[in-house]
Amino acid sequence: MTTNSVMTNPSSETEASRCGPSKVMSMTEAISKYVRDGDLLYLAGFTHLIPFAAAHEIIRQGKKDLVLARATPDLIYDQMIAAGCARKVIFSWAGNPGVGPLRAFRKKVEAGELEIEEYTHFGTVARLMAGAGGLPFFPLKTNTGSDLVKKNPSIKSVVCPYTGREISVVPALNPDVAVIHVQRADATGNGQIWGIVGEQREAAFASKRVILTTEEIVSEDVIRSDPARTLIPGFLVSAVVEEPWGAHPSYAQGYYDRDNQFYLEWEAISKDEARLDEWLREWVFGVKGRREYMSKFESSRVLSLIPKSQYSAPVDYGIYL
Amino acid sequence: MTDEREYSPGEMMVVSAARLLEDGDRVLVGIGLPNLAANLAKRLHAPNLVLFYEAGVVDAAPARLPLSIGDPCLVTGAVSVCSMFDLFYLYLQRGLVDVGFLGAAQVDRYGNINSTVIGEYERPKVRLGGSGGACDIALSCRKTLILLPHAKRRFPEKVDFITSPGYLGGRSEREALGFRGGPEAVVTDLGLLKFDENGEMFLYALNPKATVEQILENTGWNLKVADDVKVLDPPTDEELRILREELDPNRVYLGRLD
Repeated sequence: MTTNSVMTNPSSETEASRCGPSKVMSMTEAISKYVRDGDLLYLAGFTHLIPFAAAHEIIRQGKKDLVLARATPDLIYDQMIAAGCARKVIFSWAGNPGVGPLRAFRKKVEAGELEIEEYTHFGTVARLMAGAGGLPFFPLKTNTGSDLVKKNPSIKSVVCPYTGREISVVPALNPDVAVIHVQRADATGNGQIWGIVGEQREAAFASKRVILTTEEIVSEDVIRSDPARTLIPGFLVSAVVEEPWGAHPSYAQGYYDRDNQFYLEWEAISKDEARLDEWLREWVFGVKGRREYMSKFESSRVLSLIPKSQYSAPVDYGIYL
Repeated sequence: MTDEREYSPGEMMVVSAARLLEDGDRVLVGIGLPNLAANLAKRLHAPNLVLFYEAGVVDAAPARLPLSIGDPCLVTGAVSVCSMFDLFYLYLQRGLVDVGFLGAAQVDRYGNINSTVIGEYERPKVRLGGSGGACDIALSCRKTLILLPHAKRRFPEKVDFITSPGYLGGRSEREALGFRGGPEAVVTDLGLLKFDENGEMFLYALNPKATVEQILENTGWNLKVADDVKVLDPPTDEELRILREELDPNRVYLGRLD
């Protein structure tokens, strides 16, 4: 499970950090401290590193009237919608990836019970990029000709001051809270991701508060040994939560694979309201946290998700005195 | 090669799509059947096909069939991974992608794609996934290939919602908006359709087991038919072997077309 073969045993808790005080806390504390009713949340991660553990804690704490933004609502928002947390969803593709529709989302939308605001994927990530860099909007060569423009009044156009041509623009997105799950981070929240890096960096920089959850906490020396991999600088981060398997049933590159069996099972669970309520009662409300949640799965299933290792060739950063 | 061998219309559709990809093409691959077709082409006639995935993967070399467009197998062994923003901005909008490979719930006479809603947007009969990257891909690639099963409700004269523009009301309308490219072909389980000089779809070739009448019956407008409609070659043993044994042994995607 540990990827750290290069550095000696990390001991972040005891080590004095050059990046400031530790922000390590429990998931319960992080969510109760930094997520408020009515907040606009961005739980980041495109298929990879989706912060399910944080979402389940948000459900357990009964947070409500949330505006949930994500490129792909995925099962994580389907579960939060089913649990009654959501007032509105901002998104660009709503499906169970590789499986089918998102049943809870779809049911509410078809019944007219859930407000939506819809973009393309490029639109969604460009909104974050604008928000992250302090721009009011982002110009894009897309949207034009699509009916999305007719149905979403926030997709507008401007006249280019140089060419005189019209160009489509999307507004900046600045979430109240981003939750980012990473493979490793130090105690002050310097977070490293490898594999699909999705929109986590843009979401973190665009948001007012960042909760960082991590497969493992490593020492600052591990982070500094490979600075090119740090996507999230700790000074953006409010809370650090060590949460192994925090992205299950999505995956963490090099740690565990997507639990596709669950994505398939969700189709049947979410189809049937009674079964969905029962699932939430047992797997979210019925457990204290991620450790208890994971212990409910058969160990053979959990072990089958762990890949064999394939390390990158080491890079030499050099010592410059 | 004879047509005696057993194969499903879905298998023929994937094979037909794979054959449209040329070696060296840089192709942005959508989820599901396009994924299957692109991976089939790469194992056969197009080993230098460069597979892009909207999750931010450049030149993927997946060892198994990816379960989603963000599967970890796409990363291991890829040339580069980048953020979604970089993928859409630096690669796609920059014009570096040749072929966009898209699925559709509906496609119309001018190759406009609907993957958003059936019925009214505000109170849809069926709420579908939405654009994802499809609209972005349809507007920025050199050409677009569209894959869907052939059925009347999927081929209406006008789609319920234009998610991803094709030629809109004709080639000149798309050009007026300043976008290059557009749909090159529509691949179905019955045949292969292309677009004329005005951007209107016409029947170009039949799958071996399909008829012109069958295709006209399953299209929601008076579809033009080429004077010399071709008949496509059936799948080869090797194409079927790779599809069935290597790419989709559990018929996760192929099974949906049976």
